[in-house]
Amino acid sequence: MARDMSDIDILKMELEQLKKEVSTPREPVSKTSKETMDWCEAASGTDLLITGVPDDKNPYKPEKGGCIIT
Amino acid sequence: MGEMDTLKKEADGLKTQIETARKAVNDTTMAAVASGVAAAPRIQLKNRKTLKGHLAKIYGLHWSADNRHMVSASQDGKLLIWDTYTGNKVYAVPLKSSWVMSCSMAPSGNLVASGGLDNMCTIVNIKAASPKTIRELDAHEGYLSHSRFLNDSEILTASGDTTCCLWDLETGKQKVVYKSHVGDCMCLAMSPDQNTFISGACDSSAKLWDIRDGGCKQTFIGHTSDINAIAFFPSGTAIITGSDDCTLKMYDLRADQEVNGYQDAALNAGVTSVSLSSSGRLVFAGYDNFNCNIWDSLKAEKVGVLSGHDNRVSCIGVPDDGLGICTGSWDSFLKIWN
Repeated sequence: MARDMSDIDILKMELEQLKKEVSTPREPVSKTSKETMDWCEAASGTDLLITGVPDDKNPYKPEKGGCIIT
Repeated sequence: MGEMDTLKKEADGLKTQIETARKAVNDTTMAAVASGVAAAPRIQLKNRKTLKGHLAKIYGLHWSADNRHMVSASQDGKLLIWDTYTGNKVYAVPLKSSWVMSCSMAPSGNLVASGGLDNMCTIVNIKAASPKTIRELDAHEGYLSHSRFLNDSEILTASGDTTCCLWDLETGKQKVVYKSHVGDCMCLAMSPDQNTFISGACDSSAKLWDIRDGGCKQTFIGHTSDINAIAFFPSGTAIITGSDDCTLKMYDLRADQEVNGYQDAALNAGVTSVSLSSSGRLVFAGYDNFNCNIWDSLKAEKVGVLSGHDNRVSCIGVPDDGLGICTGSWDSFLKIWN
């Protein structure tokens, strides 16, 4: 755990990690954001918190009139 | 002293290289890309149900994969499992330690986990004749801040000891320890394909991990304080983080950097919790100021507010079917909205 490590060991751990991350492949933000946006737009049509839930399909809407005694 | 300086210089050199590589692909922002998209409608969700039963601050909630049941944890020393359609409490699990900070339910619905300042993750079988503790996972050296089951035999935990861990529930032992954070780990979330997970920590960074080999694949910086909440965008290609610095950020995994920020000069409360609607378009963020703000994830605009709690919103969750959202608060109530 980082708590038990000396400052120099923490620095060595961070250095090892940075060496790995230098070679991470990176794609242009314009391309990746567009793909995420397209995915999101396609899924928005069925996103019930955006479209709203019709009363008859809403399990949280109380039934109309009367109460159910079980 | 000499060695520290050399190492620090090398680290600074690599950080500069990484920033340069990130800048090279930083040709726009998500908000700019989304400028042509129609604005999300003004979101007005109604509080459909208030679940009453806890006697103290609620610290965690997690929906069941069946979209109907939910587990909540409170410092009154109990886990409650609710049938959210009826509002009834189906099971009550008394906890050995009341200092609970998180809870989760296995996809099967058979097991729940909880943990907190006792440094342990306790696994309970709620389908036994009466709820039975089957494991106490006991190797973390700091508090348990978060947990998520992969299945009935594996669970991921995040801890104040700066590590995350994958446990084997058959043996009760650690399978993989994820070491790289230098501050308390506060939250974690699994990728939709369950091959990777992300963690947020008090070192202001979020990290992407390979679940099986324990390696940290990517580190996301930019926040200036503890990251308290984290979620995967449902496409699996981006993540959203919420921080004590009062902002949320979207980081794109393939561009390896921040692509959108959600902040408001008027907002000076830390973000405690975050959850996304099923398309990812709406980001629900709970804040220290008792509210939950709703953000348009693409355009980075505030599109609504859930207000109704009388204290901090500590946890939020949207079930897999996206049919509603639940907020849990220090006021001891859970509220369901849609």
